Amino acid sequence: MTPAPTADLRKLIARHRLVEQVFTIVGLLALLVGLMVLLGLFLQLAVTGAPRLTAEFFTSFPSRIAEKAGILSAWVGSLLVMLVTACTAIPLGVAAGVYLEEYAPKNWLTAMIEINVMNLAGVPSIIYGLLALGLFVYQFGFGQSILSAGLTLALLILPIVIVATREALRAVPGSIREAAYALGATRWQMVSQHIAPYSAGGILTGVIIGLSRAIGETAPIITIGALTFIAFLPTPPVTGEFPFLSFQWLQDPFTVMPIQMFNWTSRPEEAFQLNAAAAGVVLLVMTLAMNALAIWLRYRIRRTIKW
Amino acid sequence: MPNPMTAAAAATPRPAAGHRLVRRRGRQLRERFIEGLLFLAAASSVAITFAIIAILVGESLPLFKEVSLVDFLTDRQWTPLFDDAHFGIMTLIAGTATTTAVALLVAIPLGTVIAIYLSEFASHRLRETVKPILELLGAVPTVVFGYFALLIVTPLLQRFYPDLPGFNMLSAGLVMGVMIIPYVSSVSEDAMRAVPMHLREGSYAMGATRLQTAVHVVMPAALSGLAAAYILGISRAVGETMIVAVAAGMQPNFTVNPLEPAATISSFIVQVCLGDLPHDSLGYKTIFAAGLTLMLFTLVFNILGYWLRKRFREIY
Repeated sequence: MTPAPTADLRKLIARHRLVEQVFTIVGLLALLVGLMVLLGLFLQLAVTGAPRLTAEFFTSFPSRIAEKAGILSAWVGSLLVMLVTACTAIPLGVAAGVYLEEYAPKNWLTAMIEINVMNLAGVPSIIYGLLALGLFVYQFGFGQSILSAGLTLALLILPIVIVATREALRAVPGSIREAAYALGATRWQMVSQHIAPYSAGGILTGVIIGLSRAIGETAPIITIGALTFIAFLPTPPVTGEFPFLSFQWLQDPFTVMPIQMFNWTSRPEEAFQLNAAAAGVVLLVMTLAMNALAIWLRYRIRRTIKW
Repeated sequence: MPNPMTAAAAATPRPAAGHRLVRRRGRQLRERFIEGLLFLAAASSVAITFAIIAILVGESLPLFKEVSLVDFLTDRQWTPLFDDAHFGIMTLIAGTATTTAVALLVAIPLGTVIAIYLSEFASHRLRETVKPILELLGAVPTVVFGYFALLIVTPLLQRFYPDLPGFNMLSAGLVMGVMIIPYVSSVSEDAMRAVPMHLREGSYAMGATRLQTAVHVVMPAALSGLAAAYILGISRAVGETMIVAVAAGMQPNFTVNPLEPAATISSFIVQVCLGDLPHDSLGYKTIFAAGLTLMLFTLVFNILGYWLRKRFREIY
């Protein structure tokens, strides 16, 4: 070979190496954009909202005076709405997931249910809000209550719970099922006594992610017409007299954290925007903590279960 | 025989066999019952879809009795709550299209580069650490992103372009783009990692660099998966509500200029619901008509994405 082509080749290789290195940096930068926005968002909220993050902030009602306003009714409302959501979405979603993964025959009906679940996962949240407005608020007459909101968010996260349940069940090897059948277990005994304990962690991960999405949802709650100025708490669920439990709170008007934050954000006064930032910090910490818990659970399951 | 039934069997053998049959029958009945319950739970998801369609169509039909479909699709004004009412959905579609376009201009390049980097360049450890953190971006409540767009990004943009109004589609779109990065990047990355190793090895053997392999071998092989990822991103951006409602203003405005404020389909629904609208008013019907339009859009994108993903799974 003549020396000239070799030199050309060297140049070519050097150029490709350079392009490759440039791309590595571009890739890292692109990653950093995403991570920096997340970090910047959190720091900005924390720094702005820090002066308002006092104990009184959590124990006061919203007020026309920004300095006295707090998120008591909002976090209590969020908690109660989540209770309704969890009590509806978890049994329904897990049951549907178990059916699709362990029971469903391979036919057109099953295929239709599967496509349908996937499609529901892609429906924008505001559409669920409209469904709830037409169905729960007016047709069923639940009104603008905690019950309506909880059910709406339950429908919203149902596909997440179903998909997570199916994935958790699919991860359990078939040999466990065969072993259970070999000992004479029925299908339900196999599922409830053998598959369920192994997949519980995976299902829990999906449920937590679903609930963390529900707790931050604003649009569907606005759509059902939730009031934004609520300066009272719902009826307490536990009473002093027999039967000690009251379900009156299900029908009470309410506000939730994201609504409270939206309300403060859309006010022109700067003092209220401080409140919005503080509420944002609380909201962000709640959702990120739930997600972190889910990630940790997933990691632990991968570590501890070896088939 | 170590059987719990032994004692009973010794005393009266025949009833014991009958007893066992009864028990088995009870067990079968219980199994059937449980299977029925589980099926009902699964079928409830179909009921939800039907309920959505029934409510959206049922509540918006009265509107189409008063407004012709041609007007609905061609009128250039959307003023359903004014005395001089116009119902031109194109106004809202223009807003949705503009914010979506801005978001995609951010999310598709960044998401694709991140996917290539994580799938072809990054070490296993980096990938496993960064992916969950990146996915947190998609978990942040959208109202928090709205706050960020309105009170941080817009003032920042105004420093470079002082004429920018306080409410504009640009900052809403940019923030929305960052929000959908993880959707685009994680589906693209899955698609690229599903490309079999021997294709890469063949490319490396020919002397290609990692970048050349990624661009000329892996990406074409994962094309339909990438397309599905982009469509998922579009579908998210079209349906996103709170960022736009907070940061882009909620005034219907027939424009595709991202520097102006405008309403999208979803933010119009929010705006109407924030006010007190009587149940049987025409304005109330319009939000269902808008919702129906939005539902149709996302349905088309979902089906397209599903079809593409299915195709890409069948290749290998």
